[in-house]
Amino acid sequence: MKLALWTYEGPPHVGAMRVATGMKGLHFVLHAPQGDTYADLLFTMIERRNQRPPVTYTTFQARDLGSDTANLFKSACADAYARFRPEAMIVGASCTAELIQDDPGGLAEALGLPIPVIPLELPSYQRKENFGADETFLQIARALARPMARSADISCNILGPTGLGFRHRDDVAEITALLDEMGVRINVTAPMGACPSDITKLGSAHFNVLLYPETGESAARWCEKTLGQPFTKTIPIGAQATRAFIAEIRALTGLTTPVDDSRLRQPWWAASVDSTYLTGKRVFIFGDASHVMAAARVARDEIGFDVVGMGCYNREFARPMRALAKEFGVTPLITDDYLEVEQAIADLQPELILGTQMERHIGKRMGIPCAVISAPVHVQDFPARYSPQMGFEGANVLFDTWVHPLVMGLEEHLLHMFRNDFEFNDAAGPSHHGGLSHHSNPAPQTAAPPDLAAAEPAAGGAEGGGSMPATSAPQQAVSDTPIWLGDAESELRKIPFFVRGKARRNTEAFANLRGIQQISVDTLYEAKAHYAR
Amino acid sequence: MSILPTPPSQGCRETPVLKERGQREVFCGLTGIIWLHRKMQDAFFLVVGSRTCAHLLQSAAGVMIFAEPRFGTAILEEKDLAGLADANEELDREVARLIARRPDIRQLFLVGSCPSEVIKLDLSRAAERLSAVHAPHVRVLNYSGSGIETTFTQGEDACLATLVPALPEASAQSTPDQAPDLLLVGALPDVVEDQALALLNALGIKNIRCLPARRSDALPSIGPNTIFALTQPFLGDTHAALIKRGARHIAAPFPFGEEGTTLWLQAIAAQFNVPAERFDSVTAAPRARARKAIAAHADALSGKSIFFFPDSQLEPALARFLTRECGMTALEIGTPYLHRALLGPDLDLIAPGPVFSEGQDVDLQLDRARQARPDLTVCGLGLANPLEAEGLTTKWAIELVFTPVHFYEQAGDLAALFARPLRRRALLSPPQIRAAE
Repeated sequence: MKLALWTYEGPPHVGAMRVATGMKGLHFVLHAPQGDTYADLLFTMIERRNQRPPVTYTTFQARDLGSDTANLFKSACADAYARFRPEAMIVGASCTAELIQDDPGGLAEALGLPIPVIPLELPSYQRKENFGADETFLQIARALARPMARSADISCNILGPTGLGFRHRDDVAEITALLDEMGVRINVTAPMGACPSDITKLGSAHFNVLLYPETGESAARWCEKTLGQPFTKTIPIGAQATRAFIAEIRALTGLTTPVDDSRLRQPWWAASVDSTYLTGKRVFIFGDASHVMAAARVARDEIGFDVVGMGCYNREFARPMRALAKEFGVTPLITDDYLEVEQAIADLQPELILGTQMERHIGKRMGIPCAVISAPVHVQDFPARYSPQMGFEGANVLFDTWVHPLVMGLEEHLLHMFRNDFEFNDAAGPSHHGGLSHHSNPAPQTAAPPDLAAAEPAAGGAEGGGSMPATSAPQQAVSDTPIWLGDAESELRKIPFFVRGKARRNTEAFANLRGIQQISVDTLYEAKAHYAR
Repeated sequence: MSILPTPPSQGCRETPVLKERGQREVFCGLTGIIWLHRKMQDAFFLVVGSRTCAHLLQSAAGVMIFAEPRFGTAILEEKDLAGLADANEELDREVARLIARRPDIRQLFLVGSCPSEVIKLDLSRAAERLSAVHAPHVRVLNYSGSGIETTFTQGEDACLATLVPALPEASAQSTPDQAPDLLLVGALPDVVEDQALALLNALGIKNIRCLPARRSDALPSIGPNTIFALTQPFLGDTHAALIKRGARHIAAPFPFGEEGTTLWLQAIAAQFNVPAERFDSVTAAPRARARKAIAAHADALSGKSIFFFPDSQLEPALARFLTRECGMTALEIGTPYLHRALLGPDLDLIAPGPVFSEGQDVDLQLDRARQARPDLTVCGLGLANPLEAEGLTTKWAIELVFTPVHFYEQAGDLAALFARPLRRRALLSPPQIRAAE
């Protein structure tokens, strides 16, 4: 038994739903009690889908237990076939149905439906969402795909994208265009957008492009073994990885068609002088392993950040994660407990977090900017605009979305120049309409950036005893906090608000280190010198 | 006294109900934790369940709320299923850790889930055991919010019903001249609860307590001299538990809208012999305000048809409000469970016409909705966008539970919740919106 407050991944049947919802012409009959239908809203609300996920829930109740849950499953299956006429069906059990052991696969087979019915084993008490998606896609491929003659032209399949994936929609568009430009025809993209009859044609491709190892690697490995198709190992996130991906495709195909990279602006944007201030910014990276590993390389090699910590929530990828962390000289954090992630961030005090929606919240609480690079997803992760992470346009997007949460280079200098200015100071509020804002903002937040002060709707609230009080965390006193003398306190206030919390913490840590009980102006500047890079 | 609209000559109390059994597109009772933990400020809700339960709570709570919440899930793992003795040990350990980390917690609810019910993990014994360990600082209670037993708002019912036997006994002396104690039952936002208390106080009614109480040290005592009014229609088990403790129920329409609030207050006032003049003088102003606020939405709502998918059991009471006070026509009133005894006074006020359905077979009900083409469809989040894409205007049912909608001062807000989607549809028309896939 493990206490969870928030989780990074749902149960495995949600992974199966991501495959089913991404596909067309496939129906999922899920043996599940009332309430499990909540998962529909992930797709209809977060992803704004205009159709219900193709899932029938048997909706058994307490009174059905021990009597006719099996019949309920059979009639739900038969009704779903009659109503939706899918090309194929997947059947499985959610956590509760797994306990009653009705054998959905056997029951469905007994119905003798005239379509392929693919049983799924989704061990709810051991595995999680990504496993569910990966396993479901594997079973669908195994059931439907067969070795066959290769297409005359050079073609590939794109494997891994699902419903509710982080930017899968745009990544697929970007990589499809890239492959097309290189002269590779896309045979099938799956699961997303494929119907079962497409899956039967997987074998005619010459090789596979695996975009999302979390949800497609098992299928890619099966195709390699059974259909004789090699698959790509490079995840084309970042300019360098995209070039490496192109090289990998060329090695696989022998194609040499040049690729137009004139749209790739990220390297120059990173090289231009305005980006100087990005040098050595300390970043912490957390999410699914594939996105984190790609992001770490981009952060270090393409933007010039200092990666101070990285980790992932999916243990399945712990090994490559550890290897990369070793290369970066940091300790990897492999955990699905967000409190541990929060603690790691609190300890490391990075200047930027690249994470998931969880880390975005952690960052808000601590006043640390965050850009989202990985699932779990939020409605904001489905922008109306085109916003891939992969390919050349993806590299441009990464630069923008990682840099925008930071205060810009020139602004940083301006803020220094104007610190303690008679008009532009904390008490004056954020507006240049000094007089107006002065009245409306009599008590500005001490160390919180403006957007922090507004915080989130108070829904969750930070009750006393919570691990991390909502907005006051950065300057929360600990028992051994040294005393700030008046002069030092007012000197501290001259430091721009967005680095003040860090300056305070660093100074206090420095004082503790030196056994200094009272912080003077000298202590403040000694600390600054101590921590200077 | 200001005149209330005449009731229909024939209501819907005896209308036959279409009972359906099939796929339900509703939340389970665990979802109630989202508002119960806000209401009960020193309570922690520990679901003993699966990863699915944790994922449901976080999805229903708007994906992720800020900070460490006062609810969590003890996720059962393979080894817990193998031996229940171990599961109990594990639970004790997790609870001890939780209580150590959260010294502000005074009440801990162990909340049963589908998996814990199926493996027959006895949470009532666990609660007894843990209460003994952690008393007097923390009281441990249990209820089931499982989907195999409860639908959405029934989770609150199960929670409150488990509190009732634990409430202290009120002093039994009931002299004939002693006014009864009034208990308001149902979790309301504090601001709304305060409004209700202010109105009742102004009517001269004292000794009013609320269930649930905001803090565990304010739990009401109860006895034969207690009379209670429900503020929510889904509290059937709590109602039964209170009757069992000797309390008496005041039947009334539920306090939605100007008429509902007035009739609800009147039913209570009658029990306390409040003079009619006083009732009128206290309610006249807020009634006028409520009517005015509702009238502001009359243009959008009047003459429009509405179709309710089942969600919270509020549906019949809301249909009464919308048909009587907003000029709407109800086509189908779906509810997870129709408790006729509690909703009778509301049903009496609904003119015959609408289909009443109980339970759900979502595909069949979608067929009926498509056939009926209502102007407004009230449904869950899983159905709203797909129906919008089909050209139907929808209202998220969950907002009716999460938003303050009771009593006079919220009557206009309640009407606005239904008017806004219609206004929005009109603003965006001609609706050439092709929903993205």
